[in-house]
Formats: sequence, C-alpha cells, structure tokens
Amino acid sequence: MEPTELERIARQIRLRDLQAVYEAGAGHIGGEMSVIDILTALYFRVLRVWPDQPKHPERDRFVLSKGHTACALYVTLAKRGFIPEEEISTFLQPHSRLNGHPNNNKVPGVETNTGPLGHGLPVAVGMAKAAKLSGAKYHTYVITGDGEMQEGSNWEAIMAAAQFGLDNLTLVIDHNRFQQGAALADTNDLAPLRPKLEAFGWEVTEINGNAMSEVVPALEHRSSRPHCIVAHTNKGHGISFMQDRVDWHHKVPSKEQYDLAVAELSEAI
Amino acid sequence: MRRSKYIRPAHLENGSDKPRLTTSAMIASIAGPDQPTKPAPFGNALAALAHKDDGIVGMTADLAKYTDLHVFRSAHPDRFYQMGMAEQLLMMSAAGMAREGFQPWVTTYAVFASRRAYDFICLAIAEVMLDVKIVCALPGLTTGYGPSHQATEDLAMFRGMPNLTILDPCDASEIEQAVPAIAAHKGPVYMRLLRGNVPLVLDEYGYKFELGKAKLIRDGKDTLIISSGLMTMRALEAAKHLQKDGVDAAVLHVPTIKPLDEGTIVAECRKGGRLVVVAENHTVIGGLGEAVAGTLLRAGVLPPAFRQIGLPDEFLEAGALPTLHDQYGLSTLKVTEAVKGWLSK
Ligand SMILES: Cc1ncc(C[n+]2csc(CCOP(=O)(O)OP(=O)(O)O)c2C)c(N)n1
Ligand SMILES: [Mg+2]
Repeated sequence: MEPTELERIARQIRLRDLQAVYEAGAGHIGGEMSVIDILTALYFRVLRVWPDQPKHPERDRFVLSKGHTACALYVTLAKRGFIPEEEISTFLQPHSRLNGHPNNNKVPGVETNTGPLGHGLPVAVGMAKAAKLSGAKYHTYVITGDGEMQEGSNWEAIMAAAQFGLDNLTLVIDHNRFQQGAALADTNDLAPLRPKLEAFGWEVTEINGNAMSEVVPALEHRSSRPHCIVAHTNKGHGISFMQDRVDWHHKVPSKEQYDLAVAELSEAI
Repeated sequence: MRRSKYIRPAHLENGSDKPRLTTSAMIASIAGPDQPTKPAPFGNALAALAHKDDGIVGMTADLAKYTDLHVFRSAHPDRFYQMGMAEQLLMMSAAGMAREGFQPWVTTYAVFASRRAYDFICLAIAEVMLDVKIVCALPGLTTGYGPSHQATEDLAMFRGMPNLTILDPCDASEIEQAVPAIAAHKGPVYMRLLRGNVPLVLDEYGYKFELGKAKLIRDGKDTLIISSGLMTMRALEAAKHLQKDGVDAAVLHVPTIKPLDEGTIVAECRKGGRLVVVAENHTVIGGLGEAVAGTLLRAGVLPPAFRQIGLPDEFLEAGALPTLHDQYGLSTLKVTEAVKGWLSK
C-alpha cells in the first residue's frame, strides 16, 4: 500500500477512535492521535500478519507497550480484520473484550497484556531472543511512549537487546513530548533520545512520526543491531485544539469539541 | 471543507448528549448521585499540614492530578517533586530524603506501589523504619480500566511487610483526619486513597478517626459487619436497608488494617449470637477478612457463622464501576442481599 493510501486509512482510524472515546466517555485520546500513523503503517504495510490466523507462527510480533492507547489498536485491528468493526462500539462496556488496556487473553492480534508502562519492550526482547533460538524469521516491533521511557525496566531491556545482538527488534518511541501531567521536558527530560540509545549500542533513526513517507521506510529498515526509531509526533495530532495540550492526555470531548474534531478529521477523507 | 460522513449513534440522538459510562473512567468517582462530597480531601489536608511542618515534601510518579497531590503542588511548589514515570525511583528517593530528615509523602496508583515497587519499599523503607508515607489511588476495585489498574491484592501484599502501618479510610472526613495522624506517627505508612470528589459519610455518625482503632459506628443484634474503606460506606447503607426488613445490623469500621485492633474486634465478636460478615474492597485472600478470621481463631472466639464479602481470587473484568460493583458483590444492593441470604439460612 502506498503512503497516500495509508494516510487515508490513518484518518479513518483517527475518526473512529475519536468517536469511540466520545461514546465510551473515556480514553487516552492524545496519545492515540500521535501513534495512529505508525500503527497504520505497521498493520497495512509492514507487518506480516494473517488476521484470520492471529497466532500464525510466522507472523511478525507487535507489542503496543503504551497500552493506555488501546482504543487506537482496537480500531486498527478491526480495520485490518482481526475483530469485527462493529465491535469497536463496545469499547469499555461491561463484558466487552475491548478493555481500557489491551488483553491478549481476550483480543486476537494482541500479543501481550500492557497497561502498566515499562512492560512491552522487555517482553519484546524475549520474543526477539526466542526467534534467534528457534530460527524463526519473524521481526518484533514494539511502541513505547516517551514518558514511558522513564521506567527503568526499559533501560534494562535496551542493555540486553544490544548484548544479545537483536537485529530482529525494532523499538519505536512515540516522542510526542508530553506525558500524563506535564511536558516531558518539565518532568524528567529524556530528550535527546538518540545519543542515549546510540550509547547503548542501538542504531537510531529519527523521523517525523506523523509523516507516512518517513514512517514506512523507517519501519522497513533492517540493521545489524537493534533498531530504535525516535518518532517525533504531536500529541493529539490531527485535531487542532488537542494538539500539544497536556490536558488531552485523558479527556473526553464535549459535543461541540467532538463536532469540531470530526469536521477537521473528515476534511481529507 | 467536506461534510462529515459520520452518522451519530442512535443513543446520542435520543436527546442525550452525555457520553455513557463516565464512571468507567480511570478517575471514576465512587460517590452516589445525591451524596455529599468533598473535593481532594487528601491534597487539601496535606497542603494545610505542610504550612505548619516544613519537613513535609510531596513526590509523585507522573500522577499528581490523579492522586490529588496537585493541590499540594500548587500550595508548596518548592517542596513538590515530580519524579517522572519511575515508581522504583520514587520510593528510593523518598527513602533518601527520609534518611536526611524530611517526611516524604509519595503518591502513585496502588498497583504500581505494590506490584512494581514492593522490593524497594520493603528493604529501603520498611526494614529501616523510615518516615515515608505512601498514599495510593485506585485501591481494590475503584476503576473500570481492568486488571492492570485494579489493586485487588495490595493489602495482602503489604500486610506481609513488617513495620508498615496500613490504612484503608472510608470517606473524605476520615482522610482529612488521617493525614495529621499518620504524619505524627514516625514510621512507614501505606494509605489507600479515595480521590477526586470523595463522599462524606461518617460525620453523620459522630465518628472520629484514631490511628490503630476500630470503631463501632452502629450497633445491632442480628449481624456484625466488619469493614474498611469504601465498604464501610456500603455496609452503613446496607444496614439502613436491612433495618427496613427488620434486620438489625451493627457496623464495625476498621480503618487501620495493620496493626489490627484485635481487642475491639474480638470484644465485638464475643457479643454472641451474631453472624459476622467481613466486607472489604479487596480479594478475599489475605485482606481484612482473613486477618479477622485469624484473630478470632487465635482468641478462641467462634461466631455462629463467619462470611466474607470481597473480590474473588481472579483477574477482574473491565467496564463501568457500578456494574462491576454489582457483579462482584460490593454494591449496597448486593451487600444487603448477601446478608439477608445468610441470615435466612
Ligand atoms: C507503571 C505506570 N505508571 C503510571 C501509569 C499511569 N500512566 C498512564 S499513561 C501515563 C503517561 C504516559 O505518557 P507517555 O508514555 O508519554 O505516553 P503518551 O504520551 O504516548 O500517551 C501514565 C503516567 C501507568 N500506566 N503505568
Ligand atoms: Mg508522550
């Protein structure tokens, strides 16, 4: 699929995500808007996956470590055919499989449970290591938040990945410059990320993570070392009044805000 | 600009623009629709106390707003530390500050303090009796966001930690009273936090909090409900319903889980002939229920029947909080029904 087509899909996913958060009355919309272009590129171009066989042994492994943005993953999985598209309207409802954080006992296509931040990358290291042991050809991708990188478990995993020479592992850091309560810079500023990962022995690519033409080649890049993509994104990307506003980390739009956001996102579909 | 192709869902067309399930949010309130509440009792009480005590510092792991510590941050910006999303660092740096004579009040969600930072709290804080107050939101089943955020076993874990004082307050007024009380107690404390607009329940009964004391809030001859945290609120509501059906229920509130007020518990259970029910917002494993059961057995007190209301030994479902409280038996209705059922047997 070509970048322009992928951009169209990303817009549809944004719109459906917005609608789902509005209807459910909860959701982490800011971090969903920032990561959707990367999810789209993965599921509609990069990942080798078979929606009707979510446990296919040769599938590429994908872990959404920033599990609070589960809704964006559900919408993407639905659009790709892992779960019925109608099911999105059950997000956060009683007895739904689509909980506030992705659960792999329940949702086909979810590789591991996340939600407590700092879990995804260490698990992905194990998956990539397993492929080395078994000789499997799958590639392992993981997306973390930038605030999430403050968790020490990530740095333990970063050390191990380099030590094990995991050239079959790609970490994407959704560098939207905000976390829950404030800007990353005003919390525990990890930026610049590149020199830190490089110092640990990783290859690093920096991209605009909301530009499909940069996202796709970065994800398809293969290296002789573990690869980190520092994806510069905007929290709330695509919705003007949410963008770069920390209060939209976890907030539900009013009716007026919702209509405005729908109009903005619908523009290019 | 092209018009949207989006079709509004039917339930939003029916005159209701209110999003459904607002209570499923991470920050769900446990207050009933007409219940009196107070905003951020913990944050306000700590900010007030810190005006008198300049050794108090506030620290969090990117959860100020969701633990009401933002109130302290506004009042004392120079003594507020944002440690980032790093719960292990949060506990360890609090230990360091406490060693140097400060009194750190650290906040995060209960799941992260218990599951992630346990080792750090245990050895760096509890073993050496440092004066660190750990105050955690989303205890037990107080969010619909699923197992990753539901601290169903925090009390079981922390009860096993020597030296640690453990609190499970019921309402806003109790939280306000607990803050100066635990500040005055030199040593590590874990307090379960109800945050946001927190119900006001206990004033109506003339209740006063005392650290380490269980208190009989209402007396009754048919059953004794022993409870902590928000379940005391539920037990008191249930007692009113039971009264209408001619059932006389006593409620013994146990805000200090450890050290447990064994004397009061044993004395109340000795007043014979009453069904004893322990109600807790926690798994039935390792919490107040088993603590009371062990106490009674050791004292040789055997009530005619002993029952537990609590969460099952399972990873719970996600969804809207009121639905989940019904499903897992924590709602007033379910408590009332359960007690009636046991008494009729
Ligand atoms: C271990 C842990 N601590 C705290 C939280 C609460 N929390 C949920 S999202 C979030 C901020 C995430 O920021 P970031 O990683 O930058 O994600 P994004 O900006 O992409 O939403 C926090 C603190 C959590 N889920 N897990
Ligand atoms: Mg971020």
